[in-house]
Amino acid sequence: MSTITAEARLASRATSRVGSSVRLRRYLSTIGTVVLSTAIIVWTLVPIYNMVMISLEPEGDVFTDHIFPRVWSIESFWGVLTQGHWYLEHFWHQFANSIYMGAMVTILTLVIGSLTSFSIGRMRIRYGWLVSNAALLTYVIPASFLAIPFYRIMQNYGMANNLWSVIAALVAFATPYAFFVLQEYGRSIPIEVDESARIDGASPGQIYLRIYLPLMAPALVAVGTYAMLLAWNEYLYQFLLLSSKSSMTVPVALAQFLSSDQSPWNFMMATAIIYALPPVAIYYAFRRRMTSGLTMGGVKG
Amino acid sequence: MSTSIVDVSRPAIQRRTFARSLRGSLKGGEYTWALAFVVPYIAVFVAFVAYPVVYGLWMGSEVSLYRELFSDPIYQSTVVNTVLYLALGVNIKMFLALLLSGFFMRPGWWMKALLLIFVLPWAVPQISTFISIHWMLNGEWGFLNNVLYQLFHIEGPSWLNDRWSALGAVIVSHIWKWTPFWTLILLAGRMAIPLEIRDTARVDGATGVKGFVYITFPLLANLYLICTLLSTIFLLGDFNAVTFVSGGGPANTTHVLATLGIRNAFEIAQPRLGVAAVMSALPMVIPLVIVLMRKLRTAEVQL
Repeated sequence: MSTITAEARLASRATSRVGSSVRLRRYLSTIGTVVLSTAIIVWTLVPIYNMVMISLEPEGDVFTDHIFPRVWSIESFWGVLTQGHWYLEHFWHQFANSIYMGAMVTILTLVIGSLTSFSIGRMRIRYGWLVSNAALLTYVIPASFLAIPFYRIMQNYGMANNLWSVIAALVAFATPYAFFVLQEYGRSIPIEVDESARIDGASPGQIYLRIYLPLMAPALVAVGTYAMLLAWNEYLYQFLLLSSKSSMTVPVALAQFLSSDQSPWNFMMATAIIYALPPVAIYYAFRRRMTSGLTMGGVKG
Repeated sequence: MSTSIVDVSRPAIQRRTFARSLRGSLKGGEYTWALAFVVPYIAVFVAFVAYPVVYGLWMGSEVSLYRELFSDPIYQSTVVNTVLYLALGVNIKMFLALLLSGFFMRPGWWMKALLLIFVLPWAVPQISTFISIHWMLNGEWGFLNNVLYQLFHIEGPSWLNDRWSALGAVIVSHIWKWTPFWTLILLAGRMAIPLEIRDTARVDGATGVKGFVYITFPLLANLYLICTLLSTIFLLGDFNAVTFVSGGGPANTTHVLATLGIRNAFEIAQPRLGVAAVMSALPMVIPLVIVLMRKLRTAEVQL
């Protein structure tokens, strides 16, 4: 009897010791998670907080040492939306230019990328590998390195201050990535699908439109989002090629703010936030597709 | 007579086989379709990539340009900056991404929520956030110095008025902006490691650091290498971080090759000198491109 209780006591002590070490480890791991999470949140949000804070401050309060806005005001946002400051006279026009450019880059990248990938991946055109290599080469050449000759060429063509010169450059740099993602995704669709349609008498054009595009829809969403974000993030080509009032886009106008001495920071930050809203919304809407697309094409080739 | 027949017929045979080899297995009508589908991209590539490349090579082909460039003190400091930017920017970012991707492998709703916040820097356009960082670092009214003063009563320096702190700010901004992207990629790489491998390793006692050193990292190494090389190339061509955070200042001391090229071409109106600045990166770019193209192609085949 006594031996049994002694054994039981020993056993329970042992389990409690194991239990406490497990508990300790879990406790430490929770603390680690909390500390690291806090660090990540602070690190990530500081520049964004700064942007939001300044945009919510009335104009006079920007040049103070507050770290919270004293008075909250949406005056700056209202100023941007109603073009109420002399810097912002053309805001809506510039915004429309940015949207037009983003939309055109997205559509053209999708069309050209999917046609190329259909021809090379599905129809297996001879010397398709040459085109793949050209695309791969484009993917690894930094776009900014080609900016000066590209500017010269566009000047020669009389294409300066034309949105289409920037669209052309961005399509040229976005299509290779689109092509790789589509190639990679296309591999998951059996070629027999195309072959049976061919036997039934469908022309390649019909196969492309009725079979290939619908089946590729998830990859097309990923590629389209990528192209749109690329256009929205781009600055250099827009800065070089678009300087007239009629062709200017939001990034170019924002950068002009930056170089002036008396920058209206609250309006700039409000503009920056409004400009950031469309890509953030699109990114979060298509997040899952984006990530899988990135790993397919972005890294694995 | 017979020889002349042979002479006439040979080119015809050659022509036919050449056409067939171009066409591959496709029949006449289908070949036309395939060709029509691939022509738009070829046109875009030739007009907007190949032509600028050739034009650029021609613009930067004079030797005297490089003599002028190398004797320019701004160029010399630019090279130092570029090397520092690459060495620190790429490696710190990739190492953080490797560690953080492991952190984000933890289960639970909290990790998913945290990941959503964590990817914000990548989702927000560069121009917006880099302008914000630029103002944050303002010596008098910037957020950073305000915080330092309010919390610790320290008068912070004018961050962007000193070469090294300005360059540091550019590097940190780059790391801030791009770590989430590479973390997502490495996270996907980790997820692709089959569960059985991890479980077997755990049973064999490879957990924690051991598991990482012997199991996870060897499986991730190739991906990590490709990511590092790609990000080196992307960083070399990066124009926005320097332009918006430091503006190349103070006194042109924080330029990198990409921004110096544009500055030479458009601020001092010497486009050829600008192209030369960019071209001087070629000894580094070409080997990188060759290795990358080979790596990416084999990765494609392995899938």
